[in-house]
Amino acid sequence: MDDLYRDFILEHYKRPRNFGELPAHDHDAHEVNPLCGDELGVQIVVADGRIADLRFQGHGCAISQAAASMASEELIGMQLDEAATLDAGWMLDLLGIPISATRRKCALLSLKVVRHALTGDGSWPGEPDS
Amino acid sequence: MRADFPILGRELEGGRLVYLDSSSTSQKPAAVLEAMDDYYRNHNANIHRGVYKLAQEADALFEGARERIAAFLRWPVASTIFTANVTAAINLVAYAWARTNLRPGDAVLISEMEHHSNIVPWQLATAATGAQLRYLEVSPDGTLSLEQLDAELARGDVALVALTHVSNVLGTINPVAEIVRRAHEAGALALIDGAQAVPQLEVDLAAIDADFYAWTGHKALGPTGVGVLHARAQLLEQMPPFLSGGDMIATVEAQRSTWNELPWKFEAGTSMIAEAVGLGAAIDYLDALGMANVRAHEHALTAYALARLQATDGVSLFGPPSADQRGGVVSFALAGIHPHDVAELLSRSNVCIRASHHCAQPLMRRLGVVATARASFGPYNVAADVDALIEAIERAQEVFEG
Repeated sequence: MDDLYRDFILEHYKRPRNFGELPAHDHDAHEVNPLCGDELGVQIVVADGRIADLRFQGHGCAISQAAASMASEELIGMQLDEAATLDAGWMLDLLGIPISATRRKCALLSLKVVRHALTGDGSWPGEPDS
Repeated sequence: MRADFPILGRELEGGRLVYLDSSSTSQKPAAVLEAMDDYYRNHNANIHRGVYKLAQEADALFEGARERIAAFLRWPVASTIFTANVTAAINLVAYAWARTNLRPGDAVLISEMEHHSNIVPWQLATAATGAQLRYLEVSPDGTLSLEQLDAELARGDVALVALTHVSNVLGTINPVAEIVRRAHEAGALALIDGAQAVPQLEVDLAAIDADFYAWTGHKALGPTGVGVLHARAQLLEQMPPFLSGGDMIATVEAQRSTWNELPWKFEAGTSMIAEAVGLGAAIDYLDALGMANVRAHEHALTAYALARLQATDGVSLFGPPSADQRGGVVSFALAGIHPHDVAELLSRSNVCIRASHHCAQPLMRRLGVVATARASFGPYNVAADVDALIEAIERAQEVFEG
């Protein structure tokens, strides 16, 4: 068993949840990982102060795709104000695998693009209280 | 010969280091480390104005390195300029030549297989002068078309052709002597990026006859921080300085200055003395190996790698199909596995490859990918390194299939 490429990571990579298009949406954003040129976009539909629906578009490595897929399952139904404050720790805990410094941006790209869509802040997610 | 490279003896988690990233940076033989160590331990002084013995020794080591480098590549020593790296060398031309010579209506012709260091300086220089930037396409077999070159030159507006000698992604060896000849016939100047060529080919700058030829030390068994620009002396005489300040002047008055003679007119500030000394030792090392032998060795390794990769399920290759047309670099893709994950998984077997856009994003778009996995060779690589690469690829495929 590989520490990084765990079964659930590969499963999300091969069959990513909530990938596609939401032509009618309230928020969207598009980001590029400067390390590798991978791209990820997101479209979000809001209802009653919550993320009612969400789709990612793009391509990337197993880590970035699995992170997006796993995050999507948590984000749909989440209160907007809670989603807007998610930090890097949330994403890394959700992934539950050891992420080296060189792969950190792969792991955080999906959260970055969601935060960008919801808050207009396109910076990389920081640590709690950072 | 591998014993000459101390780092290759290093064990990582009990395994042998399989270094397949020499196109990014080469490893260094002990002779280079010792030359730099000896310089700092025994000869360190600033160059060019010291009259004491130590300074004379430093001068002799620094200028001696320049002389051996110029002789190695067959180019006059006075127009062999030390720069920080290839990027700095090309920027020297993009600022000191292009911005004073390009006019609206002129064109700079580059190609889709250029490294960003031979793209971005021309984007800025053409934008600053109103000139146009045009690209030669990369054909499906990873080569440039001389017919397209001729068609571009026939438009009559090309002031500069700036192309790589060897592609850092595809490995393609471009026919630079022929390209330079055609550029000159059309009244254009030619700049060649030799970053990948000098470390592995017999490069004869007198035969290539480029107006500017740039390369870097750290890919050629030398240290980081030193590159070289070989240029036509007549052009360098006409060009204004690039960076200005110490060392590049003849006289400084209150309101104006005059310039030092070549090559020092283009070497502002204290030079990278230890690095130049180290690069001189690297060139001595390559010269002793013999570049024909280095090329034959890497040609054989590349042919072996191409054959073994072609025989591996799920592998697709980029670039010319024959090792005859390419340097010691092989870019590839594994079906269903992102290049980043390939590199990460190969690293579990101590196999060091690069997975990225290789600073060649226009080429990635032409290839229809965002990144490739790339194995590249140095004179110290052996067939067992290729075998380790194949075994590691098969293990990576098992992880993703599991």
